[in-house]
Amino acid sequence: MDRTLAVDGRVGRPGRIVTARRLLDERGVLAGLVIVALTFGALIGPQFFAAANLELMARQTAIVCVAALGMTMVIVSGGIDLSVGSIVALSTVVTALLLGRDGSAAGALVAALGAVAAGALCGALNGVLITQLRVVPFIVTLGTMLLVRGAAKGMSGERRLEAPATWLNDLLRTAQGGHGVLLPSGIWLTAALAVAVAFTLQYTRFGRHLFAVGSSERTARLCGVRITRTKIAVYTAAGALAALAGVLMFSKLSVGDPTVANGLELDVIAAVIIGGGSLLGGRGSIVGTIAGAAIMAIIQIGCSQQGLPNWVQQIVTGAIIVFAVALDRWRSKTLS
Amino acid sequence: MAEALSAPRFEMRGVSKAFGATTALDAVDFSVRPGEVCALVGQNGAGKSTLMSVLAGAITPDAGVMQLDGRPYAPRDPFDARHAGVAMIYQELSLAPHLSVMENIVLGVEPVRRGIVDRTRMREIAVDAMRQLGHDDIQPETRVAALPPAAQQLVEIARALATGCRVLVLDEPTSSLGHADVRVLFDLISRLKARGIAIVYISHFIEEVMAVSDRFVVLRDGRNAGSGLTAATNAADIVGMMVGRALDDLYPRGLRVAGDPILQLDGVMPGAATLTLRRGEILGIAGLLGAGRTRLLRAIFGLEPVTSGAISVGTYSGSSTPHDRWRQGMGLLSEERAGEGLALGLSIADNMTLTRLEPLGPAFTVLPSRQRVAAARWIDRVGIRCESARQTVGELSGGNQQKVAVARLLHHDVDVLVLDEPTRGIDVASKAQIYALVDGMVLDRKAVLLVSSYLPELLGVCDRIAVMSRGRLGPARPVEEWTEHSLLMDASGARAAS
Repeated sequence: MDRTLAVDGRVGRPGRIVTARRLLDERGVLAGLVIVALTFGALIGPQFFAAANLELMARQTAIVCVAALGMTMVIVSGGIDLSVGSIVALSTVVTALLLGRDGSAAGALVAALGAVAAGALCGALNGVLITQLRVVPFIVTLGTMLLVRGAAKGMSGERRLEAPATWLNDLLRTAQGGHGVLLPSGIWLTAALAVAVAFTLQYTRFGRHLFAVGSSERTARLCGVRITRTKIAVYTAAGALAALAGVLMFSKLSVGDPTVANGLELDVIAAVIIGGGSLLGGRGSIVGTIAGAAIMAIIQIGCSQQGLPNWVQQIVTGAIIVFAVALDRWRSKTLS
Repeated sequence: MAEALSAPRFEMRGVSKAFGATTALDAVDFSVRPGEVCALVGQNGAGKSTLMSVLAGAITPDAGVMQLDGRPYAPRDPFDARHAGVAMIYQELSLAPHLSVMENIVLGVEPVRRGIVDRTRMREIAVDAMRQLGHDDIQPETRVAALPPAAQQLVEIARALATGCRVLVLDEPTSSLGHADVRVLFDLISRLKARGIAIVYISHFIEEVMAVSDRFVVLRDGRNAGSGLTAATNAADIVGMMVGRALDDLYPRGLRVAGDPILQLDGVMPGAATLTLRRGEILGIAGLLGAGRTRLLRAIFGLEPVTSGAISVGTYSGSSTPHDRWRQGMGLLSEERAGEGLALGLSIADNMTLTRLEPLGPAFTVLPSRQRVAAARWIDRVGIRCESARQTVGELSGGNQQKVAVARLLHHDVDVLVLDEPTRGIDVASKAQIYALVDGMVLDRKAVLLVSSYLPELLGVCDRIAVMSRGRLGPARPVEEWTEHSLLMDASGARAAS
């Protein structure tokens, strides 16, 4: 009791610290995005901001973005999903396999939906294992990362799978009629999904439950949130979104490749973390995540257009991740 | 007694400590002689743990002096205190479970030869320490995790001996021990006494104090409330010193009329609980820490398994999850405000409305504007001091946090309020507000099941009280039939002892 009192004496001081923390929250990553963009703009020149270049960045980052939408929900709920890269690979394989049977426009839709269903199944498996075996998400998804990768290789016979050309191949292709005016349909799809997931997080019971579970699982349980159900749902959604990212990947590759997207999960997690998501759960936003993904895309494209070698880009990205998390630690320290 | 004539091993005079506006210790005197067991007793919150933290160097007092063997003693931290010869054995043992017995005994003071840990010497120290305790049956190579709790406690005491302790503080040492192990511990204590070690024994259980101590010191509200030789007193006198205060009118009480039964327990395990809670009444459960009250409440609420017995809430019966309980109109206020009761990282609005988001938007949605309006209404009614409903709960003071947790029950409009230590660690003004709110709800035909360790609160607020002791709930009797004295006698098992 005495110890509680000691703590009580210290908390509840509103004022400057709190305001500074708030300023850093979501606006922090947006400010970071502007700074990174202006830096490369200054280095490269105004053509860096040309419509075609911006579209290139959007195309480049769409795959990471879609997968990061699911990852944001998982991280908000206090979990992690390392199987994302493998699910992307499995998704390209499933798409190619299904297209091999029916290469029509309708067949392409079936193929994409089949891939998403496969991804959702993998996600559900993650959720069930985490909740029923009571093993931490990091370990479970580390296991399914290998498991799903293996399944993708097995299904494809460890080969790249050729598939007939359909509209799926055009998802990330620049639309007819010029740059910038009509963005590729894959970009529109990404934007629509981002809006849907952002809405889900902020304006639905499921979303509020995710924040509650991530912020304090015991409190959520006390308040009647059905933890098992919520967790299985969030991993299933993350699996489905990863598979959609896989469909975009297939569109880019036009083959099913079981070895693709190796390590993609780390880019995806980095986007969420740079965007203000906390691995401790309870925090994260879609605006932040998209901005985080955009920062990484700008660095990648900016560095290559500046003629900087790949290693420079990796060092800059790595430094930004560490800096973003250090900022996050500092932010939560000033709070408590 | 011969020991009573010797100079004190440890002495503190006029020690005071305040946390913010709360005075935890007010000019407390305390001493213990070599070869003496001095019991420190008092109700929950009387200041025992603060006093021990001061002794152990974890808290620096605001005023007062301390001496160890006649020399000034002012430890900077627990490590410093340990080196000066003051060792604490807490309720929660602080052993490294994966290390062996001997590694634990020399932890932090490992014997070293040429920069390498000397395992032969380490073994000697451990064997020697265990032999001094008369327990060379415990092998020094055994992993601590493989030992039963009683043996782990012995290892911890052996560690204190190995670092040369002169004052040994035992905080509720029997709480995790069975009956036979308690005897072993008492034998050990008498051996340590014979070796001239000064022992401070903290316990809620009066019969243990009577059995093991030479002298006792009573604390009440952070002040000395009496002391004496154990042999020259009895259990009832000690309890009288622990209580000794009148009720104030902090507790509003409307004209309550008990109505229909709304919660019925029939032989519920854990807790061996049978009781009927009616609309329009507050039923209190008294008991010591660790008596199993919280476990019973959690079992009722579906947070812990019910091993046998039946629970019915209104017309519902059978076992249930917290989700079902809220739907049946029951809400639980957790005793752990920070760990469970509230999600400190979320906003006031989120915390208040989490159990009932349904009315806050069409279909499956939650409109933040409506959520804030709902929360603002309760902030206003309950009197929470905050910037806005969007403020993070972690930024609020303890009292205001607790009001957020109470407001959750109001927002949900529950019929049965299950309150576990609702006023622990909060200021008096917030306490008064919470009492008034609870009284208002009871007048509104709600029913309240209240667990509290603060006896004046139970007597002031409740209509009926039942006492839980060592995992068993006694019969509920009208509040008029209870006094602080009789509650404490029942709770500590002193009635059975004397």
